[in-house]
Amino acid sequence: MEGLSVADANLLMYLHPSKSRNVSQSILRELGSLPFKFNETFDGVLLAYDVNILDKQAKILSGVHPYFGLRLKANLLLFSPKPDMLLEGKVVKLSQESIHVIVLGFSSAIITAENIHGEFKYRTKDKEELFASKSHKRHVIKVGTMI
Amino acid sequence: MGLELPKYPEMEEDQVFNFTDSEIVSHVKQALASVLSGDNNSYNQLVGVMHHSKHLAPDEVALLETTLKALAGAVSSIDITHHDSLLSAIFCMSMWNYGPHVADALAELIVSLAISNGKYLDLCLGMLVSNFTPPPYFLDKLKMPHGLERKGKVLSRVHAAFKKIADYVPLAPLRLLTIVLQGMPTIYHKDRAIVIYVENMLKLESGEIGELVGSTILMAVVDRLIELDVEIGWDAILQDDFSKGIFEMELEDVDDIEESAEPDVGEFRLSRKSLAGNSIAELLDNLLVLTFEHLESCEREGRLAKVFETLLQSFRVTVLSAYKSKFAQFVMFYACALDPENCGMRFATMLADLFVQDSQPQPTRMSAVSYLASYLSRAKFLAASSISSMLKGLVDWCLEYCEAHDADINPNAHRVFYSGCQAIMYVLCFRMKVFVDVPRLKSELLIPLEQVLKHKLNPLKVCLPSVVEEFLRQAKAASLFTVCKTFIFDGLLESELSRAFGGLERLDTFFPFDPCLLKKCDSFIRPMFVFWSMVKPAYDDAFDDDDDDDGSSDDDLVQDFVNENEDIMNDEFGKSFDEQGVDMDEFDYALKKMSITPKATSNYKFGGRFQEPARMPSRIRPSTSPESL
Repeated sequence: MEGLSVADANLLMYLHPSKSRNVSQSILRELGSLPFKFNETFDGVLLAYDVNILDKQAKILSGVHPYFGLRLKANLLLFSPKPDMLLEGKVVKLSQESIHVIVLGFSSAIITAENIHGEFKYRTKDKEELFASKSHKRHVIKVGTMI
Repeated sequence: MGLELPKYPEMEEDQVFNFTDSEIVSHVKQALASVLSGDNNSYNQLVGVMHHSKHLAPDEVALLETTLKALAGAVSSIDITHHDSLLSAIFCMSMWNYGPHVADALAELIVSLAISNGKYLDLCLGMLVSNFTPPPYFLDKLKMPHGLERKGKVLSRVHAAFKKIADYVPLAPLRLLTIVLQGMPTIYHKDRAIVIYVENMLKLESGEIGELVGSTILMAVVDRLIELDVEIGWDAILQDDFSKGIFEMELEDVDDIEESAEPDVGEFRLSRKSLAGNSIAELLDNLLVLTFEHLESCEREGRLAKVFETLLQSFRVTVLSAYKSKFAQFVMFYACALDPENCGMRFATMLADLFVQDSQPQPTRMSAVSYLASYLSRAKFLAASSISSMLKGLVDWCLEYCEAHDADINPNAHRVFYSGCQAIMYVLCFRMKVFVDVPRLKSELLIPLEQVLKHKLNPLKVCLPSVVEEFLRQAKAASLFTVCKTFIFDGLLESELSRAFGGLERLDTFFPFDPCLLKKCDSFIRPMFVFWSMVKPAYDDAFDDDDDDDGSSDDDLVQDFVNENEDIMNDEFGKSFDEQGVDMDEFDYALKKMSITPKATSNYKFGGRFQEPARMPSRIRPSTSPESL
């Protein structure tokens, strides 16, 4: 699937002095707030990370609150879909107007009627909604299909 | 002029219409699309239908339902800028105003809208959250049966909608959490919406998306409880007159107090009366009851252990650090009561661990041990072995401290130590019976304790005089040990030295699990609570020779302790009180059998059940404020 990438990142994390008692826990907590949100710096959504502290020494910033800066090296799994990329997802809902898909288990996507290929016709078969291909009888999109 | 209804095609009054759903949907789509080209007529009619909500005739109801359903099918045609008046009309609708069919249609529309486009997600979730609370006119009807019915119907639809949205948009619960927390009514809302809002929050916690949002929600609820708690000043509770004696009836007698004579000037009145008119107290009471009921349902579902972890963390972060929380801590008490072996012990161990950690700040450690002492004394459901093991831990720590600090009496320097000693003595005042008759416990616990109390640091002189006095009296009667110096306290509640070790926060007079002053709460807590009047102090045995034989469960207890088998001891201790506690009449009777000499200094004539005054302050009052020092 396009859009997924692994990246190496050199990060600089600033921690409040109160976190100095348990630094590794604080780092994990800070990083833990990042996933599943779009991140400008990474230009994508962070999915997973693996982090190492580079240096035991950290520089203390001067100022009202003496934050200290930690150098980290991280391995990041990023998802940055761009237009015209091919993505894969599971269908969760079908209606005449739209197909609802979930990509990578966390991202919801919608294909509206005008974007559905003309080849597919909406049908209701045995109370089940589906899109059936006009050319290939077996080719059917219904809830649970990966598309 | 009346409302002009949208003109669906071929609508004539005598005809029965039979449009297919898709025809109606396409009509609505047309109306929506026409806005873009400037023709607003049919669109405005649509908006008009949305706004028309009160006193609907049946055909108007049908129209509304049809329109909502059609909109649900046409969500892809809704544009956030061009159709903003329609959207705002939809988001202002309250399910409380409508019957089941319209409510269903509205819920369906909201769900469709939410999943159709990320732009609408927050707005839709926000609309659903605003349906947590009924419109102002409905609030009074909530107590009535039809109001309750409506509430059940609305809330079930709202929560079902959350689940549906979460199914199609996996990250929706995260957004929902933010919106729910932001939307929490403040405690100053006059319409008391917070009670039903919290009910919804707890419903979310136990619902299908509970795993994702539950712990944050619980912590937010506890935060709100503490907010209310701190709004109730200590002065609302106590009106003290320290020159009087410290005799104070326990809260179980309060009902009698309310019937008795008018308050004399200078005599103190028990707090529940002055809390009676306090609306914040009432609010807190209702919220605590909601929380208790929620905990009960958690227990039934077998989730209590997990929920308890969240509560424990919340307690550490919020309740423990609040200055002398008054009632919020009873949430922990109740949770522990529902599961004494796991949760009950977990709570005690957490407090004990906090106390012994040098890295914790002093007030935290002193607070923790005050909570522990009050908890061990008041929890009816704790097994004797648990209490003794906790006490042993405390005694061992104090002994170690004594051995490490070869110093003279100094309240300021050894605050944590003195609070530990006071905690031990306080618990023993309530639980002396547990230890007296078991020789093993006597040697394990009481011999080291004697060493601690007789050390140079002199805790007997520094700790709260009322506690020390009662402890010594009981210890003497039980022939535990004798103290060579006599301590004359004259029934003083506190002393210079105790104030010194208590510090500005007055942690020397902090007994957090003293009887709960909130009425509804108290009825939940009461069956599992040890009131001072239930404790039979060792020195009363001397007067009791003629009376004690059959029936008094305290005697049963003593018998059981003499048994070797500790398991039996644990069970019986727990059980007999429970059995006793259930039937108040029997309990009454058992108590009356204990002939405790009434003291002449009692100024009160109460028509109540318990004639004997407490010899030890069953509820020790803290001073009203640090500034008074």
